[in-house]
Amino acid sequence: MPSTTFFIYLGVMAVTTYLLRMIPFVVFNKKIENPRVKAFFDYIPYTVLSAMTFPSILYSTGSLITAAAGTIVAIILAFRGRSLLIVAVGAFAGALGCHFILMLIR
Amino acid sequence: MTNNNKTPGFKAGLIHGLPIGMGYLSVSFSFGVLAISMGLNWWQAVLVSLANVTSAGQVAGIGIMSASGGLFEMAISQIVINIRYSLMSISLSQKADSSVNRLSRFLLSFGITDEVFGVAMGSGDSFGRRYFMGLMVLPIFSWVLGTFLGAVIGSVLPDFLVESLSIGIYGMFIAIVLPVCRKDKRIAIVSAISVAISVLLYYVKFFSFISGGFAAIISAVIAALIGAIFLPSSKKEDTANA
Repeated sequence: MPSTTFFIYLGVMAVTTYLLRMIPFVVFNKKIENPRVKAFFDYIPYTVLSAMTFPSILYSTGSLITAAAGTIVAIILAFRGRSLLIVAVGAFAGALGCHFILMLIR
Repeated sequence: MTNNNKTPGFKAGLIHGLPIGMGYLSVSFSFGVLAISMGLNWWQAVLVSLANVTSAGQVAGIGIMSASGGLFEMAISQIVINIRYSLMSISLSQKADSSVNRLSRFLLSFGITDEVFGVAMGSGDSFGRRYFMGLMVLPIFSWVLGTFLGAVIGSVLPDFLVESLSIGIYGMFIAIVLPVCRKDKRIAIVSAISVAISVLLYYVKFFSFISGGFAAIISAVIAALIGAIFLPSSKKEDTANA
């Protein structure tokens, strides 16, 4: 890919992404009072992350079984209130461990 | 600690950002590997990460680049996948204290990611400019560093290792949502509804025309709307004026 083409793509991509983050943050500088509207924006972060995680997490490793193992480990660690890093590493270790077990069995 | 005042500062932000950054290393590493496999140079992969700092949007973006897609398609795909940042921005604007003035918002908004957002929202009643600045530094640095490492040395790692690494980011999502669900039943309910809709959109053939990023937005908005209608005001401070 020629460099100019790359930079045009990059420019469109980066400016679009930045504007999506910047405009609402700059425009909304007053507190929302309406309890329903406020509730909506309190809920959005968690509903977004939930929907992005399921079912995508089950297809993240290319194997349903190893991904399920990683997911279970992550849920247990998160339920116990462990840090983001520990849960992320736990999910990775769970998936990797399961991969090795499957290799031994097969 | 000399800081006993209520709002945490730059250093607290840095510390809270460290686990996010560590988590990003593995995810951006996978992105670096993917970018090379799609025909980008290492410096192009690094620039994409530096300029965007977003996982799903970047994966879609380099897909369009390597397929020589249109610029309009590029813009639309970024809007659909990243519109969640607009929603997060609005939520964040409600939690920012008076130190987060207009000028600093132009800068700080660049660092809004799912995890930075999640941590900032969970950091107390409000957050200040210095805290948010500290919070975004290490995640951005790690995101770029991981991309570089993935682009340069990723090709020598075995596939199963790289594949296992890619589950990490979802683990982080779970780590953000689940503890909050335990504390707040309403958030647990709306999150469960969101998962149910997302699963429905994924597995029911009729909805297969909806792409992954867009399905997540639809699920999230419907679930939050249901929550806003039936479970307004998730804060325990005022349950009055029902």
